[in-house]
Amino acid sequence: MVSWFPNKKLETLEQIKLRIESALPLTKLDILPNECPAGERSLVVDASRGLDVAKFLRDDAQLKLDYCSNVTGIDWPEAKIKTKVKKKVVVEGVEKEVEEIVETLRSGHLEVVYHLYSMELKHGPIVLRLRTANRTDQTHLPSFTPVWRGAEFQEREIFDLYGVIFDGHPDLRRILMWDEFVGFPMRRDYVEPDDFEYEPTPHDEVLDAAKKHYPVEVKAEVKPEVKA
Amino acid sequence: MNAVAAMPPKSFEVKPKLDESGTPIGELLEISMGPHHPSTHGVFRMDVVLDGEKVVKLKPVCGYLHRNHEKIGENISYLASMPYTDRLDYFCSMTNNWAYALTIEKLAGLAVPERAEYIRVIMAELTRLQNHTSLIGFFVHDMGALGTPLMYAFREREKILDLFEEVSGARMMCNYMRFGGVRVDVNDEWLARTKQLVANYGRFLDEFETFLNQNEILLARTQGVSPLTKEQAVNASLTGPLLRAAGVNYDVRKVDKYGIYSRFDFKVPLGEHGDLYDRYMMRVLEMRESIKILNQALRDIPAGPVMDPKAKLRGFRPKPGEVYGRIESPKGELGFYIISDGGPNPYRYRVRPPSFINITILEDMCLGHRVADVIVILGSVDIVLGEVDR
Repeated sequence: MVSWFPNKKLETLEQIKLRIESALPLTKLDILPNECPAGERSLVVDASRGLDVAKFLRDDAQLKLDYCSNVTGIDWPEAKIKTKVKKKVVVEGVEKEVEEIVETLRSGHLEVVYHLYSMELKHGPIVLRLRTANRTDQTHLPSFTPVWRGAEFQEREIFDLYGVIFDGHPDLRRILMWDEFVGFPMRRDYVEPDDFEYEPTPHDEVLDAAKKHYPVEVKAEVKPEVKA
Repeated sequence: MNAVAAMPPKSFEVKPKLDESGTPIGELLEISMGPHHPSTHGVFRMDVVLDGEKVVKLKPVCGYLHRNHEKIGENISYLASMPYTDRLDYFCSMTNNWAYALTIEKLAGLAVPERAEYIRVIMAELTRLQNHTSLIGFFVHDMGALGTPLMYAFREREKILDLFEEVSGARMMCNYMRFGGVRVDVNDEWLARTKQLVANYGRFLDEFETFLNQNEILLARTQGVSPLTKEQAVNASLTGPLLRAAGVNYDVRKVDKYGIYSRFDFKVPLGEHGDLYDRYMMRVLEMRESIKILNQALRDIPAGPVMDPKAKLRGFRPKPGEVYGRIESPKGELGFYIISDGGPNPYRYRVRPPSFINITILEDMCLGHRVADVIVILGSVDIVLGEVDR
């Protein structure tokens, strides 16, 4: 097998985390496990220090993550998460292991995921995750467009479809939807607008929807029966 | 014929008329190019501000074909997304299928039989041939060579689409691959016909190159126009032939070695200036390399099954987790990012569209060039609006 590129091994995520923490003190970092064995674990970065971490990852000589491949928005609404916890219970003097289901409340937030590669050293990806405080009024995150220009349109798309506001983005406008559009269609709780008017001859559920809007009754066109 | 644009770039800088204080005379003209001009490659609009004929500002406006592909993907099962991926980049449905299948295989840990891997490589490289051929046709069409080169290109493209139709039932919306293999096997007659086509393709390329490589109009319109530096190209996440025209050695086929690409002997052509001529030449040279890969794949293809018997298509529920898979599509890096929560539908289904991200620095490419060059520059980026708007 001919290897064209030097297959350089990337440091582990723990090593990278330690190096970021020593270079940028007071930075909160977490490693998020991935249950899929082939997938990559990711680094959860505190939003207030996001830009510094991004610059570090790009400029560091060992990493040189000069290529921001993919930017994804994810919506995590408020939800109850059930996890199984193994507990040891003493029943009639015998110790037994019992599985218990524990419910925890996950607070809703929006998440932006960056997949970073290095074109120079040909390694990657490092997955960065940034989270907003909530889904309603605190949806600000730092924009990485000043660091990687390639994030510009993708961040605009996330602003458009999820409503994450990227501070420091040079041109934050809607990109796929039109400017007058209200709402963020990729959110999990998005409800389609009640566009009852598109049907020229309303029937079934569209007719029911149309009835709410018109004061007078809307009649569906009734075809006369054809007698054989 | 294997050298890339050895001629020095010419200077085409347009100097606006200035008054004594250095401000341009006359007023700026704002025009809206598109969305229905045939040379805009679909329903795509550019808001351009002109100083005379020189572009001083350009904003791409897209979304006319937006149907929220990603939301559709979240609401249907894993298998049902496969035919939808055909509609992303409708020129290269085979590579779209492969990217999606590869991601799901990575997520669920499925193996692909040997023969299916070879069939996938053959399909992907045929797709690359037909995409690049028709792109060159469109590219010279944009420069004013109306019709003739495009017809030559489409004649060859149609031969490849005939092969796709025979094996998958559709010319463009192939829906051919599945996670764990491909849908149907190819027969020996099909392989013989493909061998015949590949053997003749080099001669067609020779003919095409004779017409175009040294063509005076093509040289005048492309050399030195819209040069890109390595730093600009990498920072703007450009991928595909556009990136390699700027001289950056990055091909996902070589870097990730997905599928069985490590078995084939092929080279990654690189440009020097990153101008339009290099981008044109990059496509020609990539087709030559594709022919090399096809010859090796058609020679070595083994017999055997084409589907992993463990792959379960209906009622497919992968374990929770997330995965990012990517391939080198003819337009650049095509990636899928899937988050599974253990249910029958993906929790998040994201497409990384190469042509959408490649137009991020369309403005920088066009600034300072004439309005007639804007169309050619857009043509050289190679966008398909089904993928840009999703």
